[in-house]
Amino acid sequence: MRFTAFAALLSHWRRKPLQLLTLVTGIALATALWSGVQAINAEARASYARAASVLEQGGLRQIVAKDGNGISIETYAKLRRWGWNVSPVIEGPYRFGSVRIKLIGIEPLSMPREEQINSITTASDLSGFLSARGLLVVSASTADKLRGNTVMKIKVSEQVPNDAAFLDIAAADQLLKANGKISRLVVAPKQRSDLEAIERLSPEVSLRETPDEPDVSRLTESFHLNLTAFGYLSFVVGLFIVYSAAGLTFEQRRGTFRTLRSLGISLPALTTMLLIELAALALLSGLLGVILGYFVASTLMPGVATTLRGLYGATVPGTLSIRPEWWLTGLLIALAGTAISSAQSLGRVWKLPILAAAQPQAWERVSKKSLIFQTVAGCSLLGLAMLLGIAGSGLVAGFGTLGCLLLGAALLLPGLLSIILVMVERVSRAALTQWFWADTRLQLPGLSLALMALLLALSANIGVGTMVSSFRLTFLGWLDQRLAAELYVTAKDENEAKRLREWLPKYSTSVLPIWNVEADVLGEQLQIFGVVDDPTYRDHWPLIVANHDAWDEVASGKGALINEQMWRRGDATFGATIPMPGNWDATVVGVYSDYGNPKGQVIIGIDSLVAHYPDVPKLRYGLRVAAEQVSNLRQRLVTEFGLTETAIIDQASLKRQSTAVFEQTFTVTGALNVLTLAVAGFAMFSSLLTLSSIRLPQLAPLWAMGVRRRDLALYEVVRTLALWLATFVTAIPVGLGLAWVLLEIVNVEAFGWRLPMTVFPLDWLWLGAVALLAALFSILVPARRLATITPAELLRIFADER
Amino acid sequence: MNAKIMLGALVALVMTASAGHSQSQGFAGLGSDATGFAIPERGHPLSFPSDHGAHPDYRIEWWYVTANLQSADGKRYGVQWTLFRSALAPGTAQSFADPQIWIGHAAITTDNHQYVAERLARGGVGQANATTQPFEAWIDDWTMKSVARPPADELNELLLTANGQDFGYSLNLKSTGPLVLQGDRGFSVKSADGQASYYYSQPFYQVDGVITVSGADVAVSGQAWLDREWSSQPLAANQTGWDWFSLHFDTGEKLMAFRLRDDKEGFISANWISADGKTTPLSKGAVHLVSVRQARVNGRDMPVAWRIQVPGRSLEITTRPLFDQSWMSTSTPYWEGPISFQGSASGVGYLEMTGY
Repeated sequence: MRFTAFAALLSHWRRKPLQLLTLVTGIALATALWSGVQAINAEARASYARAASVLEQGGLRQIVAKDGNGISIETYAKLRRWGWNVSPVIEGPYRFGSVRIKLIGIEPLSMPREEQINSITTASDLSGFLSARGLLVVSASTADKLRGNTVMKIKVSEQVPNDAAFLDIAAADQLLKANGKISRLVVAPKQRSDLEAIERLSPEVSLRETPDEPDVSRLTESFHLNLTAFGYLSFVVGLFIVYSAAGLTFEQRRGTFRTLRSLGISLPALTTMLLIELAALALLSGLLGVILGYFVASTLMPGVATTLRGLYGATVPGTLSIRPEWWLTGLLIALAGTAISSAQSLGRVWKLPILAAAQPQAWERVSKKSLIFQTVAGCSLLGLAMLLGIAGSGLVAGFGTLGCLLLGAALLLPGLLSIILVMVERVSRAALTQWFWADTRLQLPGLSLALMALLLALSANIGVGTMVSSFRLTFLGWLDQRLAAELYVTAKDENEAKRLREWLPKYSTSVLPIWNVEADVLGEQLQIFGVVDDPTYRDHWPLIVANHDAWDEVASGKGALINEQMWRRGDATFGATIPMPGNWDATVVGVYSDYGNPKGQVIIGIDSLVAHYPDVPKLRYGLRVAAEQVSNLRQRLVTEFGLTETAIIDQASLKRQSTAVFEQTFTVTGALNVLTLAVAGFAMFSSLLTLSSIRLPQLAPLWAMGVRRRDLALYEVVRTLALWLATFVTAIPVGLGLAWVLLEIVNVEAFGWRLPMTVFPLDWLWLGAVALLAALFSILVPARRLATITPAELLRIFADER
Repeated sequence: MNAKIMLGALVALVMTASAGHSQSQGFAGLGSDATGFAIPERGHPLSFPSDHGAHPDYRIEWWYVTANLQSADGKRYGVQWTLFRSALAPGTAQSFADPQIWIGHAAITTDNHQYVAERLARGGVGQANATTQPFEAWIDDWTMKSVARPPADELNELLLTANGQDFGYSLNLKSTGPLVLQGDRGFSVKSADGQASYYYSQPFYQVDGVITVSGADVAVSGQAWLDREWSSQPLAANQTGWDWFSLHFDTGEKLMAFRLRDDKEGFISANWISADGKTTPLSKGAVHLVSVRQARVNGRDMPVAWRIQVPGRSLEITTRPLFDQSWMSTSTPYWEGPISFQGSASGVGYLEMTGY
């Protein structure tokens, strides 16, 4: 009996395959975008953790020099002789020819046995590692790049991330010209119990506790939060589809439910059957969604990897491995999402009076209460968004503002629309027009979710689009200012650099050294650049705040410029004195914008850079030369001077590279944006489909009174367009609000820079056109059905008890 | 003490062997040739205190102390303190580029436990070294430091400390006899091929101090034996291991004896040291070493008890270990522990066995 009853319930899907498709697609889409984003994040995080544990011995405490100048060998020996089980590391960037590699010089004899890198060094042969010729342990792809660029032996290890090389500390010391200055000491987990405190033994160093997460994962946190936010948005939009599809199937099966109940199937039994059916559907669609999500993620992953490398220098593989954590949560989220979005329908079945007929009017009345509730909730959320935007701080508060703004606006939408409809209805004279508006209002509850989804997708599109376009405009302008030199050259060693310094002034109006050191300033490992006193900087360098004589102060050696990131984070204030590595102080005389750099940066006069850090590599130069001389000088540099072609970059290609990194950053965002809009379009489609079949009882009387089917269909189209227009118009202010939050709060928190907001109405038109097409497409099927429905069907409405 | 040459070499070898390449060279090139390293020469007089320090032009070297100790309640202990130097290339260099590798082994043996620790370091940075005036040999926080007052020899009085997981010790060593130059005034020939090392000992230390085992401090006293040896010589390929004894007789006399095992009958050598420090090499065939009891140690059978006969001196004794499982689980594992002996004479000593 039960089996037969269950079969009867399921037979619905055989008759309505489109509905099945809608439900499955809804769940699958929601799950797909959500789990796709999770997959990307999981892959990236795993990669950071792997890299950190290998590259930085991330699981262990570290000892660093307080002044950022490295730890002396004497201090190391002293700590060892006092019983501290520590191991030295000398690391830094190095160029083998044109290949840039992070060198990590380790001391294999004292490196804690627990460390992963031990298996790297012991897997290679230790004698080779320590040999005079030297051995580089690198990944396979790094090995390919290095071949022919070094005389050192190369050994491939799967464990080493790309663009990094392990080598003996003595070799690293020599290559990096560290003069025995140790970058950091790795502290073994096992230590003597009676150790003297490190600060007592060596006040010049400090012990850094194990970070909860690697540096790079903190840096990229904002990027991942961004993705996650998009994942959630798509998920919510997907749930709207599930909600309307589930509502429809329950509504249409009321007859079946009633029959089954009358035949003696108990309410718990019926509910259980429905639950099983939903769970099975959810699992199936969830599985589909996870698979789909995998493809979405694999498609986006190379872009994400490029962005992360370009923006943060984080090495993430462009490929995806299947991790149980995201596909399991994907299935769970499919189940939970289905449960949430069909709870209401299930509740209705539970309360269903066995013999009740359909009561669309009652629906409307019931929803009046919930409409008021929704409106109040929407207002409160908007209020909360304002409160968070004003008083909150931090990235999470920023996203909280975003969430409240979007959700509040979405919740307000039905209330707003119904107020408009009531007003329009009041001013309408003709009976048919009055009916049209009243009927539209009646449909609002059924359509409101789809409209809300559309609003979310549209405003997200407008908001993100505005942000990206504003950013692009600012960034390109900034790039023009910042990359003022026409040519950039890099010498391969100090000898060549010296010759360059002598040779260049004959051909170039000014030679701008681009020299920098990496050092610890205010607790952050950052780059310190030196600049010469040149009109190029005075005229072009974009300063946000500055003393009027900022460049004089910098040239005199007393002043320093810091980038916007450092300033916004509050690490250093304008006018403050900051302690510089090497025991000297500099005054902050200006702040400059520095887009695309996640870290802090300091600029000082070139003379004081050389004076305080005599070992600074002097290899890179920017050249100012008349535009028509550029190719000539480039040629001379190669043929006369003997510089290799790869050592010269012209301004145009540097700009191209920078712009490419920028565009790549927002490719993923753009793709997710489009996907969200597609999901919203689908939600609209399924809602209209749902409504069109429920609404026949309301349309039949009109037809009976003489309104043609064709006109009825036309009214449906007009109605959809009116609702779409209202939603689109609402989406513009919401989207601009979103863009404002993104630019003023989220970007500042996430990246440390603030951008002016620029509005691009032409983009909205495009978006409006796309949304219009989607709306038209979604009404097409229901309208066609209505236009071609047989009179018999309409007549049957009156005969049907339902 | 040929055996220890091999141990020193083996320690170096195993550093690479444990790296999974037992065939590799470099460190382990020790086994093949001594290009560039200084070679010991007969007739070259040892000079102190400078020879107490490191000889970086030679490939391998060690400072090796074993001590038989007893607490007030009669409980017996063994203590080992060893510093090996193994050079990748002759000479020294500043900073991390120094080719000298240092290896420390420390142990305490009780009647039911062997406490073991190992340290590795490279030279040039001050983490490990052996210097004179004042004399100190150290690796990390382990040290063997002279506390002798001039004009006494720097090795006359030593402070010896080391520690590891669950153990540690701090011992004062005071010699009651002269340094003993082994072989021909310190030139010790090791094989028929002329391989040799510089080699001297101080077997006359009286010891007192404190050992810490599993958190408890125990005051101890007893006697200790120091070996100093350096060389660059390659090893014989067919030698599989050795059994080595250093014995303190109750009479104050000492005996050093070892058996090198190879694919033939092996090679036994011994040296008798009188209570006043005069050495008498025992000729080939004058010493018999026979295993009398096997024990299962770390998955292998090892002869932990021995009968030692020196017919020329009417000596016939049987040794037994304080603890059968005196296994040094260092990167080069071996058996090393305190023993006592009975028979025609009695006393205590140390036994080292490798290659089982």
